[in-house]
Formats: sequence, C-alpha cells, structure tokens
Amino acid sequence: MEIKSTPLKHCVLVQVVGKLDSSTAPALSEQLKKITKDGNYRIVLDMSKLEFISSAGLWVLVNTQKACKRFNRGELVFSEVPAKIYSALDLAGFIHYYKLFKTTAEAVGNF
Amino acid sequence: MKKLIIPASFASLEKIRDYFSRAAYEAGLDEDAVFDVQVAVDEAASNIIDHAYEGECESEIECSYEILTDGLKLNLHDHGKPFEPDKVELPDIISDPTRRKKGGLGLYFMRQMMDEVSFSFSGDGGNDLTMVKRRRPKV
Repeated sequence: MEIKSTPLKHCVLVQVVGKLDSSTAPALSEQLKKITKDGNYRIVLDMSKLEFISSAGLWVLVNTQKACKRFNRGELVFSEVPAKIYSALDLAGFIHYYKLFKTTAEAVGNF
Repeated sequence: MKKLIIPASFASLEKIRDYFSRAAYEAGLDEDAVFDVQVAVDEAASNIIDHAYEGECESEIECSYEILTDGLKLNLHDHGKPFEPDKVELPDIISDPTRRKKGGLGLYFMRQMMDEVSFSFSGDGGNDLTMVKRRRPKV
C-alpha cells in the first residue's frame, strides 16, 4: 500500500493506493495520526485507488474521525469511493456518518 | 488441490486472499463474489492471528478448499486457542461509528459475505473454520 499526503490550503488530501488490511492499516494509522498531531483536522481521503478494505482498515477511519471531530475542529471525508469499498462501508453502517464526494475536487472544496 | 500452509502473520494475508481468489475463480464465482471471498478469508485469518494465536507468531494457518458443483467450500485451520463464535457479541452497525465498541465486525463481515460459516474445535487438533460461497443463479 502506498500513502500520499498533500497539504492544501484548507485541508490535507490523503490518497491511499492498494489494499488496506491488518498488515497495512498500522502504516495508514501512523500517517493519519501524524497529520492530526500537526493540527490538521480537515482531511480528504481519496479512495479512487483503494482496492480492498477490511475491518482493521475501517477502524483506522473511525479513530481518525474521532480525532478530527473532537471539539468540532474538523472532519474526515471520503472521495471517489469505488463500488466494492462502498459496499463494505455500507455493510458496516458507516455510510450515514461520513461525507462522501463524487470527486476529490468537490471534497476539497467542501472545506 | 494444493494446500497453502503459511505463518500466522499479517504479512500472509495477501497470499491467503490470493490463494482463495484463485480458488473462487476456479469455482466459477463472479467478480463480486470473489471480492466477498477475499473479505471473508481476510477477516477469518486476521481473527485467527488476533484471537486463536493471540498475536502474530510462527505457528501456521492451513488453507484448503474444495470446488462444489454450485460454488466453493473453503477451510482455514489453526492450532491456537479454541474459538467460541457464540461469545462474540454482534457488532453495533447502527450508531455513530466513533461511539461504537470495537470488535465483532470481522465475524459479521464473514457471515454477511458467505452463504455458510461454521466453526469446530477438535481437542488437540485446533480450530477448523469452514465457509461456503455459492454461485449466483444466472438471471
């Protein structure tokens, strides 16, 4: 799995390429923790190149959302969610609790 | 069919998913069903590592499968602590994820993705997890 993070004017854009499972989730967790520790709580996760997600990956998203939403200081949102990843998010009951954007540009523009 | 015997480490997950994906294609499952199988076996193997073996270790996970006339039957075997699925609480999938208690989601995924999921523990022999995915009837 590859993680690219790009600081933008009003948020940080994170792109995940590959598969998010128990072996790769810790690396994403570390990267996202670093971003929030640096005081960035508005994060766009571009999922266009995410090929797989397991429950271990989903918990990383939950913990990041917790850090972002604390004191209403920000939010983690998703963009370009592939159909299979959407199904997993839906099955876990996540869909109503995260903002999903069709394009990354729209997601970035939301902040 | 050839068995896959692999160390109980998270680095093995991709190989386990690939092994069962090939089996699923061989069984004639469609792409969506193959993805379901990938998720189910990933969760199954992660649970074996986390719970049966209580963390990554040098013990092994044995993977095997059987092609059925209507789909795929797969098996994961470990030599760890007995797994008691009845003791796993159903996950909360309704409330705000940031307020949920962690756990149970893996087993829930397995049961949602597969047509049959069954566990057995054979004394000195370890845990056997058997799952079945059937081909969808063509419309």
